[in-house]
Amino acid sequence: MRYIDEYRDGRLAKDIARQIATLADPARCYHFMEFCGGHTHAISRYGLEDLLPQNMQMIHGPGCPVCVLPIGRIDAAIALAMRPEITICTYGDLMRVPGSNGSSLLKARTAGADIRMVYSTLDALRIAEAEPDREVVFFAIGFETTTPPTALALRIAIAKELRNFSIFCNHVLTPAAIQNILESPDVRKLGTVKIDGFIGPAHVSTVIGTEPYEFFAEEFQKPVVVAGFEPLDVIQAILMLVRQVNDGRHEVENQYIRAVTTFGNEKAQTEIANFFELCESFEWRGLGEVPYGAVRLRPQYAEYDAEKRFSMVTPAVKDNPACECGAILRGVKKPADCKLFGTVCTPDTPMGSCMVSYEGACAAHWTYGRFREHAKASERGRAVA
Amino acid sequence: MCLAIPVQVKEVLSDNMAKVTLDGVSKIISTALVEEVKPGDYVLLHVGHALAKIDPEGAERTLAVIREAALGEAA
Repeated sequence: MRYIDEYRDGRLAKDIARQIATLADPARCYHFMEFCGGHTHAISRYGLEDLLPQNMQMIHGPGCPVCVLPIGRIDAAIALAMRPEITICTYGDLMRVPGSNGSSLLKARTAGADIRMVYSTLDALRIAEAEPDREVVFFAIGFETTTPPTALALRIAIAKELRNFSIFCNHVLTPAAIQNILESPDVRKLGTVKIDGFIGPAHVSTVIGTEPYEFFAEEFQKPVVVAGFEPLDVIQAILMLVRQVNDGRHEVENQYIRAVTTFGNEKAQTEIANFFELCESFEWRGLGEVPYGAVRLRPQYAEYDAEKRFSMVTPAVKDNPACECGAILRGVKKPADCKLFGTVCTPDTPMGSCMVSYEGACAAHWTYGRFREHAKASERGRAVA
Repeated sequence: MCLAIPVQVKEVLSDNMAKVTLDGVSKIISTALVEEVKPGDYVLLHVGHALAKIDPEGAERTLAVIREAALGEAA
């Protein structure tokens, strides 16, 4: 597959890892956060951490929109889905996300609610068009990548005068959350690990460009490398970060020059700006309230805003108190440090946000990481014997 | 969730839609969010929409930089 296979060459990855080891200063430690769940998944799946020197640590950030969706938003959607006139359409990722008391959209569907999994916003529009007697609500979620398709659906719905289509908006913003990791009041409470640099998600930057990180890199004096999701992309980004740290630089660099530009996709940005505005504050599961961390529909489109149209209420629901997701999302703790991990909390029965989506730090560790740790432990055992 | 995959445009259809393929699998997607595409172009596909065009020259340059980096600073 072109533009995929050539970026998965294991031999090249090992060569670059050797260069990283040569460049890394043995007298210091390097802590890099990959913000995006897609990167976390790639790092775990391809075992990239095993290629890095001992004094280099990857911290898995909160960049998975499914993971950070507060339980109350799922509860609100389930309550709406129970109304007989409502059809909820959403992406497959959301179906299994647990709400309160073990509920989920999947279980609500089994109980008779009309909830349909769609691949695209356009599928939801087709349903609304084909079934004019149903109130079709698109449960919208995702970062800046996924927001333009929702905006486009709204444009088409308005053009076609589809009066039975609306949006439950849960679109969140990347740069605001990265900033929050370093400066929120929780940092004092939870403590924080030193972060020497960030890997930024390339697919978000195809839309927003690299420019929104400039202020952040300057203000917090942290390097940011926007990188793709194939293993060679990620390891090259780590090399770029090591070079910046060694040189004492804190710049925004673009590893994904094959599709990311400084200012991004202006057509997509215009679609977002036409229909959405910034929320002053939005709750992120695990991070708490993030200032300007999400968007909402502009007031002139209130009739397409499911929250207003159906007077939806989002209850405040607390996570399990033993859940360490908040600390894990900030890199203060690791998945295995949580006493729920692998006991009551597994991908089949996720308790906290990091286990919810396969891109979450705990789910990635459950699927791949724990086996490697086990293998390493047995190796050490043999060496001792 | 926010991942996108590179697919090749096979046919440009009406209403900003296009037929694309990935490894022999065909799909109709929206190209409303990108500038004009033509058959043969590669685009990043995300939830049924092309988000960006892939620049073949940028892709080549990335691989060249990676190969160079693999050889080391001294090379």
